[in-house]
Amino acid sequence: MSSSSVEYYRKELPSKVQTIGLVLLLVGLVIIILGYIVNPARSAQNNIIGFTFVVSIAVGSLFFVAIEYLSGAVWSTPFRRVGEFLSSLIVILPFLAIPLLLNINSVFHWTHPKPADKILIGKAPYLNVQFFIFRVIVFWLIWLVFYYFITKNSRKQDQTKDQFLTTANVKLSAIFMPLFALTITFTAIDWLMSLAPHWFSTIFGVYYFSGTVLAALAAGTIFIVLLNERGYFVEEIHTDSYYSLGALLFAFTNFWAYIAFSQFLLIWYANLPEETLWFLDRWNGNWKFFSIGLLLVHFLIPYIGLLSQPSKSNPKRLVVMASVLLFAHYYDLYWLVMPNFYKDGIVFGWIELGFPILIAGLVISVFVYKSKKVNLVPIGDPKLKRGIDFRL
Amino acid sequence: MMREKILYSFTAIFDSPDQVSHATEKVVEQGYTKFDVHSPYPLHGMDKAMKLPPSKLGYVALVFGLSGTLGALLSLWWVSAIDYPILIGGKPLFSFPAYVPVMFEVTVLSASIATVLAMLFFFFKLPNNAHPLHGSDYMKKVSADKYGISIQADDPKFDEASVRKLFESVHAKEINSIYWDNEELTHKHKIFEPKFLTFLLIVAIISSGTTYFTLNKLMFMLPFNWMMEQPKQSAQQESLFFSDGFGMRLPVAGTIARGYLPYQFKGQPDVAGEKLVNPIPISIESLKLGQTKFDIYCSPCHGYHAEGDSRLRGQFPNPPSLHSEKIRKWSDGRIFAVLTDGQNIMPSYTTQLSVDERWSVINYLRALQRAFNAKESDLQ
Repeated sequence: MSSSSVEYYRKELPSKVQTIGLVLLLVGLVIIILGYIVNPARSAQNNIIGFTFVVSIAVGSLFFVAIEYLSGAVWSTPFRRVGEFLSSLIVILPFLAIPLLLNINSVFHWTHPKPADKILIGKAPYLNVQFFIFRVIVFWLIWLVFYYFITKNSRKQDQTKDQFLTTANVKLSAIFMPLFALTITFTAIDWLMSLAPHWFSTIFGVYYFSGTVLAALAAGTIFIVLLNERGYFVEEIHTDSYYSLGALLFAFTNFWAYIAFSQFLLIWYANLPEETLWFLDRWNGNWKFFSIGLLLVHFLIPYIGLLSQPSKSNPKRLVVMASVLLFAHYYDLYWLVMPNFYKDGIVFGWIELGFPILIAGLVISVFVYKSKKVNLVPIGDPKLKRGIDFRL
Repeated sequence: MMREKILYSFTAIFDSPDQVSHATEKVVEQGYTKFDVHSPYPLHGMDKAMKLPPSKLGYVALVFGLSGTLGALLSLWWVSAIDYPILIGGKPLFSFPAYVPVMFEVTVLSASIATVLAMLFFFFKLPNNAHPLHGSDYMKKVSADKYGISIQADDPKFDEASVRKLFESVHAKEINSIYWDNEELTHKHKIFEPKFLTFLLIVAIISSGTTYFTLNKLMFMLPFNWMMEQPKQSAQQESLFFSDGFGMRLPVAGTIARGYLPYQFKGQPDVAGEKLVNPIPISIESLKLGQTKFDIYCSPCHGYHAEGDSRLRGQFPNPPSLHSEKIRKWSDGRIFAVLTDGQNIMPSYTTQLSVDERWSVINYLRALQRAFNAKESDLQ
């Protein structure tokens, strides 16, 4: 079957979307700058949430692109460009990291351990500012290199229709996969777990990974369903592809719950003071209600919403549940970061709104920018026709 | 004997999946409801063409899954918080997080077993070994390389001529009628057939024989006996490790068993009277315990009120009353020495009464003495 039989007409996204993206971007930027002037410490804490959230979407999307190549999946080929566009957020990651690195002393208290703190002194060979920045840069370069080569091959295929570019991307993905596992684990340890440097959990990397995959999948699902319903992809994409998206969302919702509960159960059972302290921070005062809320938005609501078979292929339901899950990942990161600093109770103000608004604007703007330059469908991919004909 | 054959269905054979899809749409259009489509492999979109409702199997999974969750939760709560409460690891009796893995497993187990059983026995209507389509040429063809439709005779709209016309209009390659097998319809299963009984007997012998062999022989053979043959020291066994060859070891010198403090004043009741102090404060619990123990162990000789009125009717010498000036002036420690060491023909009560119980008995005895020598002020 040749891919020339696929008819694809490129459609420009409405300019309204671009305006919305830019407005959100500017509003978010203004709030963040004001926040950094008024309260640099709290802004830096929000910056961690924002940075790890964008890492989730960007690197998680690249993970999905790579896993499509590795597993030889066909159903997702018509939408693969959505993942490629979202993973281009990797390029702008340094702009989110720099303001934080300038305020590193106000968020990571391992940067200035007390002389009597033997645990932090012992961890200093790993947790020190130079090595931290070194790791941030190395991880970013790894993501950037793989993002650059994988998407370059994919774009080139649009013109050349060369099947060997797919083979080349399969090889790149195979190398990327173990590196992804390591970088995402150490990103979780560096940025999130080291906020409570005395505490440790061996499952923490997997916990962040489960949220990462879910966030990238949710962001991708929102774009895929909204664009497909308005006919931006090839004609006649079947609901069975929606079902696959819904099933993946459902599966990773369960995966997150499984990992989150495994982490909680072991710590609860062993009842060791140095481990339970982290959960107590998230159970004291009104953080208790926040923790119960996490269970609701990250598990119960999407679980019930996606449980039945028809709901997994219903476009409206998919968009709603993907939005809930995307929100849930931000909520989850807030839950991971903020109780470390505010033991008395939940804090929420205008400073907290800056990063979500900025990220929404950023994601939309980057997507619009990429969609102007690159086809929304990989028309040169040999798997495309089979992907469009995909039936369960 | 010839009987009239009963019609089961009309069948049509087609060469391609497109033809059978088209024909199916026609059959649905004509309003037939009791029909089925057969193909060698699943055809995409056939459930839509047949206008089949969504499967009800999901509801079976949901109902049994939820009852599994609830059943597990209720039974764990009943067992560990109500019926047999044991504190484990300092956790509350009803500790929900510990139940979650069990609830999850039971949910999955009951949902999957119920789904499989419901699918086989309710939706597929098994065991059904006498279906008229079995062994027909039609079934042989549609399970190899052809596609077929079978419209049942019990369909309310069924009419031989119109069905035949319908099949011809969609260019069926073959049209056949399928009849019920008379022998199958009238067949009665004989339970007491010798063959069946022999079969049952053989099954019984084999299953009981293998069970006996497994439990009584196999578990004692290598390598299944590894649990029994352990390189550990049993009681009274010779030791190759210790130089004196004794497997059983003495406790470290000076070891004291839990709750058994050694008594230091053996044979020195007066010293005990001076040095021992009653550690049990007078309380209603201590007095009640003392009363119980006094009534059991002391009252047979000393009497319920310690007046020396034995209930043994002279079989054992009566002790003197414990309300004498001498004993009232004794310290608690002096009485404790008597209970611990014995005195004259009274034996030691260390095996019957624990240290705390002895002090409680003394507390109770003091209460009795006070009752017999009450002062004016006690009445106020």
